[in-house]
This record gives sequence, structure tokens and C-alpha cells, in this order.
Amino acid sequence: MSIGSFLLRRLGSGALAIVGVSILAFAFLHLVPGDPVDQLSGGEATPQQRAKIEHCMGLDRPLEVQFARFLGHIVDGTLGHQCPDPENKPTVAARIAEVLPHTIWLALAGMVVAVVLALPLGVVAAVRRGTWVDTFATVTALSGVSIPIMVLAELGLLVFFVDLGWLPGPTETGPAALILPALAVGTHLMAMLARMTRSSLSEVLGEDYVRTARAKGLGERRVIYLHALRNALLPVITTAGLQFGSLLSGAIIVEKVFDRPGLGTTLLDAILERDYPVVQGCVLVIAVIYVVVNMLVDLAYGIADPRIRRA
Amino acid sequence: MTRRLTPSGRVGLVMLGAFVVLGVFGPYLAPYAPDRGDLAERFLHASSSHWLGTDAAGIDTLSQLLYGAREALIISLTVVAISSVLGVLYGTVAGWFGGWVDELAMRIVDVMMAFPGILMNIAIVAAVARPGTGLMIAALCANGWVSYARVARGEVLALRERDFVAAAVALGASNRRVMLRYLVPNVLGPTFVQMAFGFGSVIMVEASLSFLGLGPQLPYTWGAMLVQGTTFIWKMPSYILFPGAAITWVVIGANLLSDGLRDRYDPRRRGRV
Repeated sequence: MSIGSFLLRRLGSGALAIVGVSILAFAFLHLVPGDPVDQLSGGEATPQQRAKIEHCMGLDRPLEVQFARFLGHIVDGTLGHQCPDPENKPTVAARIAEVLPHTIWLALAGMVVAVVLALPLGVVAAVRRGTWVDTFATVTALSGVSIPIMVLAELGLLVFFVDLGWLPGPTETGPAALILPALAVGTHLMAMLARMTRSSLSEVLGEDYVRTARAKGLGERRVIYLHALRNALLPVITTAGLQFGSLLSGAIIVEKVFDRPGLGTTLLDAILERDYPVVQGCVLVIAVIYVVVNMLVDLAYGIADPRIRRA
Repeated sequence: MTRRLTPSGRVGLVMLGAFVVLGVFGPYLAPYAPDRGDLAERFLHASSSHWLGTDAAGIDTLSQLLYGAREALIISLTVVAISSVLGVLYGTVAGWFGGWVDELAMRIVDVMMAFPGILMNIAIVAAVARPGTGLMIAALCANGWVSYARVARGEVLALRERDFVAAAVALGASNRRVMLRYLVPNVLGPTFVQMAFGFGSVIMVEASLSFLGLGPQLPYTWGAMLVQGTTFIWKMPSYILFPGAAITWVVIGANLLSDGLRDRYDPRRRGRV
């Protein structure tokens, strides 16, 4: 497959996924049991109040009109309005735009934590396979994927904020306040990447060109870092990119624990307030970021490694 | 295929087995009720009458954990069972028919996978004010089947080229018979690997949803215990360790068993992490 058709195909499937995601985000409100107006008004609204909410949300119109309206709000960039009092509230897009950078920073910081911790752990485990260092790395990785993110976040808070006082706690701002949340968000991915680095590097270290490099008399350090690791890292980097979405969902939980502003807190607040347009908007934005990042990673990988394009 | 599980796989089996046993018999073993406490016995540390202490309402922590195990077992078993059956059938049909059926089926899978992690579950349970266990199960199944479908489809794509399948077709076996008699049984190995793994992830997601306040409104699910522990973490930090350890136990067991099963069904992968 040529680069051009590979790009087209991947962009096409990305666009299709975004269309599907929009349909599902719309459908959530209609597929599940319960009347959104009841939920929004607490079930005690007068018929006039109900009619007002229904009209504001467009629920008094046929389904296809509602869907067209939903798509219209995506196209005009507002993502809809917050009912029942839309004039006095910002649009959904404005509410999301205000908090989105916080979540993106948290996810990126989580990614940095994951990569910075995973690589040395994975490399040491692969180079010293079968030793206690390897066992330690494996146990760390297994614990990292198995401990619930909220427990990790709470324990981090307890040890580094309450007991030791080294790091800032909830509701504080500034770069230092990002450290604990980033550790909590990134640990799961760290564990996954460490396992991958170990298995990928172990495999590469057994290949002929590595033996050739050693036979040439190159130092072990040079063989590992300059020759083996470069090839071993390709799948690791791809996985890291593709897991960006999992960092976003981790961020939802961590934002709650640390009481940080962000997409997650906004989503949860909107759920509690029964503010469905905001719920739909948050779901849509997170899913679209996820699809776009995945697509970019795939494209980059496809361009870097021609074998992928044939797959 | 070897018959024996790897040692770590056996450890995982024992860990998961312990969870299943406690899930079934836990409520009978629990010394107290999981939802009624004595306010005079709030925040007690471990003692002979309360092995793991008590919470803010004076409820026995061990009893909460044991009843929570039942709840976690019901949800995870049901979700894994429904998701695996749906996913395997979906993937088998897609892989066997190929062509536009496969193309359409896989595009739907792509859309489902465009929702990261628990986002879709959140979106579903968010639509009702007080989600019960049933809705939680439905929400977890809504995207739970996808991974089974991908695994099954991949296996079926390889199986359909095999001689025994060609022979069945030549003998006039119907599509339905080929799929149920020849394909599905051969897809079960990798499906078991996925099921073991699924156990852990269902427990984790269920706890996360409860933690976010979106789970069944029971005071003793492990997720609800985590939330509780958070509210009085300054007063009694040890409480949160119990549900945390319980969840971690099941997830580690599920991961180890899943790795062990994978080595058993695919010996080429043995020794890799």
C-alpha cells in the first residue's frame, strides 16, 4: 500500500469512528431507561416547567430533528446549551474549553511519568533477566497494573502530603501540585510499558545484528542503548501513544481524588446536575481526542515503518 | 498444547479461587450485618471482636468486605459470561462470513473502541439517577464484548483456512454448524485467557464507577468502601487498605491466571511477559 492510500484509508476510518462516536453520544440519552426531564427537574416540576425544559433540550421534537440539532451544535462549535436556563450559562463548548487544558496537562504529565519510569525498569529487567532485579521489576509492573488508581492516589496523598509533607495536596495549584496526580495517572501505563520494554528488548537482544555488534567488539552499553533499544522501543512508543486515552479516563478518577478542575470533574458534576448536553459534550470531546491521537500514532508508525502499511 | 499451568498461573488460579469461594460463602461467614453498625463502636481498630476494625458508622469492616465479595462476584461473573458469549458469537460470524459482513462488524468494533476505558460505562450509568446492579452489568457488558469479538474474529480468520473446516464445508455442513461445531470450540482457548483477564478488569471498572458515585447504592461494595475510606482517610487511613487490597488481590490473580493460560494455549509465548 502506498503512503497516499494508507493515509486516506486511516483518515477515512478515523472519520468513520468520529461519526459513530457522535451517534453513540447522542444515543446514550435516548437508549437508557428513565426520563431526562424527570431527572433534571427532580420529578417535581409543574407541567409548564416540564414543557420549558423539554423545549430547551429539544425533546419535544421528533428524534431525527433532535439528532440534526445535535449535529448542528457540533458543527457550529457550541456543542449545545445548558438547560433549563441557556441564556445565562456559557455554551457547553465554552464550559469544556475552560477545563480541558487541565486534563490534557495531567494526562501528558502522566505520560511523562510512565515513560520515564518504565524505560529504565524494563531495560534493567531485560538485561538482567532471571535475576532478582528482573523479579523486582516484574512484581512492580504487576502491582502497577493491579492496584486501583484511586487507592494509589489516596495512598500517595497520605504518604507524601499528610505524613511527609513533601508534596502539595488537593485543590492546590502550580507545577508541584501536578506531581502526585501525574504519578497516580501514569502508574498503570508505566507498568504496562515496563513489561513491554522488557519483552521487546529481550527479543531484540537475541537477534543476529546484536550478536554482530557484540562480535565487532562494541561495549555492552553501546550495544544495548545504541543498537538494541532503538529497535525495541518502536512498539513501546506506539503503545504509549495508543494508551493516551486510558490516561484520559484515569484522569477522570484522579481529578476527583485531588479535587482538580478538568474534564473528569466537569463530567461528574454534569452527571450529578443531570446536565445532559454537558455530559454528551464531555463524552464526545474525550472520545474525539482519543480517536485523533490514535490516528496520528498509527499514521506516524505507518510512515516510520513501511511494514505496518501492508498489515 | 501442554496440560499444566505455569506456576504463576497456578498462583493466579488459587487467588481467583479464593475470591470465588469467599464470594459464594462470604455472607455466611460474615460475623455481623454489612449495613448496620453500633455508633458506640465507630472507628475501632482491629480486635478479637472486629478482626479488621469498624468504619464511621460502627459497621464491621470484615463483614462489609465479605458481603462486598458476593456483590463483586455476581457482577464480574455475569458480565464476563454475557460479554464472552456475545463477543465470541459476534467475532465468529464476522470472521467466518468475511467480506462486507466482516467490514461492517469491524467498523462497529472500531467505534466501540473509540471510547477510552470507562468512559462508555460512565455515559451509560450517568443517564439514570440511581443505577442498580442490573444497569451496572448492562453498562459493563455494553463494551465488554468487544475484546472477545476481536480475539474470536482473529482466530476464526486463521481457522477458516484449515483443512478440517474445508472438509466440513465439503461435506455440506451449514454455516451454523461450521461455526458452532468447528469454529467456536477452537476459539475457546484464547477466550479463556480473555475471560480470566476480564474478571480483573470488570472488578476494577466496577470499583471505579462506584468510587465516582455511579455504582449500585449499596454501602458494602468494594468501590463504596473505597469512597467511605476516602471520606475519613485523615482519621483512619488503614480502612481504605482493605477494599484496596481486596480489589488488587482479584486483579493480580486474574492477570497471573490469564498469563498462565496464554502460555498454556500458546507455548510460543512462554517466558515472555
